[in-house]
Amino acid sequence: MNRLIQAIDRFGRSILWYVEEMGRISLFFISALSWLVRSPLKVRLVFKQMEFVGVKSIFVVVLTGTFTGMVMSLQGYYGFRLFSAESLVGSTVALGMTRELGPVLTALMVTARAGSAMAAELGTMKVTEQIDALYVMAANPIRHLIVPRVVASIAMVPALTIVSDFMGIMGGYFVGVKLLKINEGIFLKNIYKLVGLDDIYNGLIKAACFGLILSLVGCYKGFTTYGGAEGVGRATTEAVVIASISILISDYFLTALMF
Amino acid sequence: MIQLIDIHKSFKKQKVLDGLNLEIEDGKITVIIGRSGGGKSVLLKHIIGLIKPDSGQVIVDGDDIAAMNERQLNETRKKFGMLFQEAALFDSMNVEDNVAFPLREHTKKKEREILEIVKDRLQAVGLPGVEKKMPSELSGGMRKRVGLARAIALHPRIVLFDEPTTGLDPIMTEAIDKLIVDTQKMYNLTCIIISHDIKSALEMGDKVAMLYEGRIIEEGTPEKINNSENPILRQFLSGSLEGPISVI
Ligand SMILES: Nc1ncnc2c1ncn2[C@@H]1O[C@H](COP(=O)(O)OP(=O)(O)O)[C@@H](O)[C@H]1O
Ligand SMILES: [Mg+2]
Repeated sequence: MNRLIQAIDRFGRSILWYVEEMGRISLFFISALSWLVRSPLKVRLVFKQMEFVGVKSIFVVVLTGTFTGMVMSLQGYYGFRLFSAESLVGSTVALGMTRELGPVLTALMVTARAGSAMAAELGTMKVTEQIDALYVMAANPIRHLIVPRVVASIAMVPALTIVSDFMGIMGGYFVGVKLLKINEGIFLKNIYKLVGLDDIYNGLIKAACFGLILSLVGCYKGFTTYGGAEGVGRATTEAVVIASISILISDYFLTALMF
Repeated sequence: MIQLIDIHKSFKKQKVLDGLNLEIEDGKITVIIGRSGGGKSVLLKHIIGLIKPDSGQVIVDGDDIAAMNERQLNETRKKFGMLFQEAALFDSMNVEDNVAFPLREHTKKKEREILEIVKDRLQAVGLPGVEKKMPSELSGGMRKRVGLARAIALHPRIVLFDEPTTGLDPIMTEAIDKLIVDTQKMYNLTCIIISHDIKSALEMGDKVAMLYEGRIIEEGTPEKINNSENPILRQFLSGSLEGPISVI
């Protein structure tokens, strides 16, 4: 009995912790936003972050996108074959990728690659007083460090999502048409018929929201790091955990709003 | 002139500054000594508004820093340069960009002019020709000197030093001390130096102040400090385990 109460207690505490963190991250977001509108963007820094967040993530996104499309095609084939509906495999893959898996998988991969790196980099800057040094030189760290990362992520996660969507559909096409011999004409026709542009747009809007979330969480965790190298490790882990959870939770609500 | 008036500061339950009062004169070197973990860095960060006091005033040229908003604070901070304990160079930038940073941020100078100034400042700290090196390629002493070059890039009037020689060998310590004194004379700076090196403090300081348990327990000229009867100060001066300061 005692054990059970303890377990519930711990569970409750983690939820409280998560909600509190969300509150602090929202405040952090507001101050980032106010700097975004108040002062001109540091374009050079934004481009540098776009390269880091976007260009350098292309490889992992291509891989995850392709294989997800391939496995969806395979699973869809096994399922739809039971009632002779193989012709729907293509559209299922395409809808799944554009609406859900493209944005979510891309966001999770970018979180793991770039969100964690943001927390680690800013965390190191924090514990080695480089962020204090920015303040001392009257150079606002939010403008120099946070805004470029957030802007770059909001732009690049959707861009990567397009890549992921495309590769997923190509992977699905390859498995469905080339390996499993589904009729190519029907495969493609159903994609055209059932997937609308707004499926893609809505997926991209989601992706932009996820980009905001993962960069904000990464930056916030880096910015509030304390306690040396150990603290940097903790901040990095927490950034990935909080960002991933938030992406999946917000995905549900965004979907409920959109479709 | 900088005045700290009745500063109190706690972190959670830990009281770090407890009614601290201190005056810092213009154009002089003031050295603040005290134990490790005694709140010296916290004190220094109050002077430049990185930490706000729970109560009390930090008056710089007549204005209270503790009551300023971000914009006023940024204006005031332009009077300051600061050398951090570990130099706090931006490790994503090379030495040149580090020293040029405040110039690019706050002046409209041409790039060529900025690079001239960077060269001049690096010369002044005895490190000509390291412009293209990254901070990770420098030794501790070199990093601190680059940090100093960056701190004086904009010709501030006041420069804060957080343990400028801790962790350096005795020769490098001498070199940095001399560099600070020379720089102070050259630009007629107000220098505030945090140190736990009592020997350096007595040599360099126009005024020395001892921080203990959140207050300044003794201040004055090096002679006055050296001849003080205060038992805490005597123990600190002699580095003895016996005395009122409990070690463990
Ligand atoms: N931002 C902070 N949050 C919590 N505690 C702090 C913070 N900064 C300093 N402290 C605590 O204040 C005390 C004094 O620290 P510090 O001023 O760095 O000492 P030192 O005299 O060695 O420079 C230490 O015990 C430190 O743990
Ligand atoms: Mg210190």
